[in-house]
Amino acid sequence: MPASREQATRVAVDRVACTGHGVCAALLPRQITLDEWGYPIVAAADDPAVDVEAAVRLCPARALRPSRAPRQ
Amino acid sequence: MNELLWYFSRATGVISMVLLTTTLVLGMTLSGRRSARPATSTVVAGLHRWLGLGMVVFVVGHVTTAIVETYVSIGPLSALVPFTAGYQPLWVGLGTIAFDILLAVAVTSALRHRISERVWRGVHLASYLLWPTALVHGFLLGTSDQPLLRLVTVACGVVGMLAVSWRIQATHHDREHRRSVTAQGWS
Ligand code: SF4
Repeated sequence: MPASREQATRVAVDRVACTGHGVCAALLPRQITLDEWGYPIVAAADDPAVDVEAAVRLCPARALRPSRAPRQ
Repeated sequence: MNELLWYFSRATGVISMVLLTTTLVLGMTLSGRRSARPATSTVVAGLHRWLGLGMVVFVVGHVTTAIVETYVSIGPLSALVPFTAGYQPLWVGLGTIAFDILLAVAVTSALRHRISERVWRGVHLASYLLWPTALVHGFLLGTSDQPLLRLVTVACGVVGMLAVSWRIQATHHDREHRRSVTAQGWS
């Protein structure tokens, strides 16, 4: 597994694919909150890389991709 | 020893059937759910994934012991190639087909986030074939002469069919909403 994957502490959401299951919000509470319809709102915050990995695998719509915090 | 293997093979077969049915029900709730709390979806998604992948261990145990024991003649080839067993070739063959599908579904799901969505979805849809195939195999071979085991199989069948029929009539709440909004037309 490439190193960049393991270190990813953020996710990018594919909004077209997302079906609003909210798995991402449950696993990544720091960066994802849900809007009133249950779709994710992404904030600029980091969650533990293991949780990012889990969310990417568990998103039922496969709408999550690992991404890294933008360089300051 | 041989007898022990035979019982082990039956036991792992029944456990696999129950796990497969549970995984099916979880999958149906996941893909057909109207609205659920994020925590609930997460638990369901996690269980669907881990029970489904974990089941492979029991099925491999079931297949291996069925081959190793010599009470009935099932050769190693029958693990992957259907209808080659000396014993009940047709019903064992159904099990082989189910095993092949299961391996494909498990591998593509383990790698789901790395392969294309179309490939994953196409293979995953075969689960609808996997479940009844495995159940008929289990009913006719392992459990038809044991009232209690037969009850387990029938219960799995009923629960699974309820879940599938619920799934068929369930639509995504947003899809309904979208449809009603489109129906209103432009004003
Ligand atoms: S887990 Fe996936 S489908 Fe569910 S809200 Fe998040 S991105 Fe959307």
